[in-house]
Amino acid sequence: MKIHEYQGKQIFAKYGVPIPKGYPAFTVDEAEAAAKKLVAETGSSIVVVKAQIHAGGRGKGGGVKVAKGGAAEAKQQAEKILGMQLVTHQTGPEGQKVKRLYIEQGLEMVAEMYLGMVVDRDLRRIAFMASTEGGMEIEHVAEHTPEKILTVHVDPTVGLSAYQARELAFGLGLMKYGKETVAKFVRLMSSLYECFVKEDCSLVEVNPLAILKSGDIVALDAKLNFDDNASFRHKNWAELQDKDEEDPIELEAAAAGLNYVSLDGNVGCLVNGAGLAMATMDIIKHAGEKVGVAPANFLDVGGGATQEQVTKAFSMILKSPKVKGIFVNIFGGIMKCDVIANGVVAAAKELGLKVPLVVRLEGTNVELGRKILSESGLAIQAATTMADGAKKIVDAVVSGGAK
Amino acid sequence: MSILVGKNTKLLVQGITGGAGSFHAKQMIEYGTQVVGGVTPTRGGEKFEGKVPVFDTVDQATKATGANASVIFVPPPGAADAILEAFDAGLELVICITEGIPSVDMLGVRRVLEAMQAEARAKGSKSIPRLVGPNCPGVITPDECKIGIMPGHIHKKGNIGVVSRSGTLTYEAVGQLTALGIGQSTCVGIGGDPVSGMDFVDVLELFQADPDTHGVIMIGEIGGGAEERGAAFIKEKMTKPVAAFIAGTTAPPGKRMGHAGAIISGGKGTAAAKIDALTAAGAKVAPTPSDMASTLKSMMK
Repeated sequence: MKIHEYQGKQIFAKYGVPIPKGYPAFTVDEAEAAAKKLVAETGSSIVVVKAQIHAGGRGKGGGVKVAKGGAAEAKQQAEKILGMQLVTHQTGPEGQKVKRLYIEQGLEMVAEMYLGMVVDRDLRRIAFMASTEGGMEIEHVAEHTPEKILTVHVDPTVGLSAYQARELAFGLGLMKYGKETVAKFVRLMSSLYECFVKEDCSLVEVNPLAILKSGDIVALDAKLNFDDNASFRHKNWAELQDKDEEDPIELEAAAAGLNYVSLDGNVGCLVNGAGLAMATMDIIKHAGEKVGVAPANFLDVGGGATQEQVTKAFSMILKSPKVKGIFVNIFGGIMKCDVIANGVVAAAKELGLKVPLVVRLEGTNVELGRKILSESGLAIQAATTMADGAKKIVDAVVSGGAK
Repeated sequence: MSILVGKNTKLLVQGITGGAGSFHAKQMIEYGTQVVGGVTPTRGGEKFEGKVPVFDTVDQATKATGANASVIFVPPPGAADAILEAFDAGLELVICITEGIPSVDMLGVRRVLEAMQAEARAKGSKSIPRLVGPNCPGVITPDECKIGIMPGHIHKKGNIGVVSRSGTLTYEAVGQLTALGIGQSTCVGIGGDPVSGMDFVDVLELFQADPDTHGVIMIGEIGGGAEERGAAFIKEKMTKPVAAFIAGTTAPPGKRMGHAGAIISGGKGTAAAKIDALTAAGAKVAPTPSDMASTLKSMMK
């Protein structure tokens, strides 16, 4: 799960990670008021107006503006940014509508660093990555100048050791800003580690981490992703979620306990199990690539889905306007084929089945499942294998498209 | 022979009185697995299904029953604790079915497990503690021992090992093998989480050493570097044929595809990179998931 920069900074503050002063704003008036407050508090007329969307690259897309003329200029910038369709390299061409702003004090920095944390799944440690190339996309740095990224791995049983933080501090050349800066960096890393573990993050990025004239270090940006598996111990995550940033269909699926990811193709898929669901997408693409047929979604109904969940899942596929055909692919283990069959029939009867449907059932209670489908009176093509099913749905979509 | 589990496996079920635990405990007993005890704190002294004794702690259960393996159905908040409890009681094999354990919890478990394994190796012990999963279907040696949630009836005893990150895709491979009349030695689901126990390399090593395994189907998916490490092992150490399939060729980057571990992040963990590594290592990668068994068959003498 992703959150906004201002939410991330509020969490940082809880752990003692230094951040600039700032206030979120949902309207132009709120933005102006926030800017006024900042000018009064800091004695400086420089404020920054920052679009709050989950995608990165906001500055390049025109979503971050420095207002040197205090509240009046900040208001003008807020008018421009709020409501704009912000396009960055991460949003796709349609962009993301800006509905929230963060108004922050402007700071004069002498250097920009990068500091990031992830779970390194291959080494089974939390990794800190630091670079002097702050403000740039870290993927770009990793590709072109990997030697500029310094990494330390933290042993989970003892946590971050001070020497590891010092290694990065000296590696980044922070001594040239004074030994106080080195000490501040070590404290900041320790705060970030505590934040990462206690908040169950899967990623934390501070880009840029600013070194100020005074030698202070400040997190100018905050990107936090949470480990969805840990939601049971973070009741506040529900409030932090911004539904405007999520795909509405994926939200609807998540609420029903289904794993759903929207894709660009035209064949809706209903499958049990994540691996089989991915493999089903792959085989549809394999069979249909040359004739313009591709999967429209990833949908894993899981192992223990109820008939209601299956009905819901099938309804969601039926309602999608881009779906020109549906492939149901089930290898029943715990999931019983008759439960799937009943769910599919119930949804198809309620909403009507206007596109070709191919069903491949295998595993537990397969005979019963096939019987329910064949007696339903629905126009269903039965498939014997995944390959057979993929070929049948591709053919059906192609001939349907020719009509 | 087979790997990991067999006729001599004596199993504890942690979380035996819960919904999933009790359902699958019954299925495992029906299949013929020796389920010698269950563990549910505060329910010690009860009998599951009138037969299987239930204990408060894994330590008590192990001492009373002589168990050597445990399967975990404990819900996510207590699952990491349950794994540690099982290893602390001296069990050499722990299979965790639970889906949804936070990564931070598993980092700690892994670290403790690695220390225990190093200690066992340093002592020259034959029994190295091993974790399978979490978020996996379990391990089955057909006709001998089924530990987990896989449908037993699709399996057939034989000489092909199956190792996979995905549950239903394992069933798919097993179904294809059985339909071709090819049986399985042992099928191991290593699970779909980013931080877990046994890796492809660990399982391939056991299959390579097992005289009754003549070939292997390895099923991977997007995310992480486990398939690439598996490929390196195949290249250097495997003499047995390996057919592979990697799910997620069509998965978009940055999206978690059901499994917590199935995500392409920062351009790493793509299906294409894994397929290339496996092909270069001499494994044969099935062009579609429908061809897993036939691809292996084409490699067998």
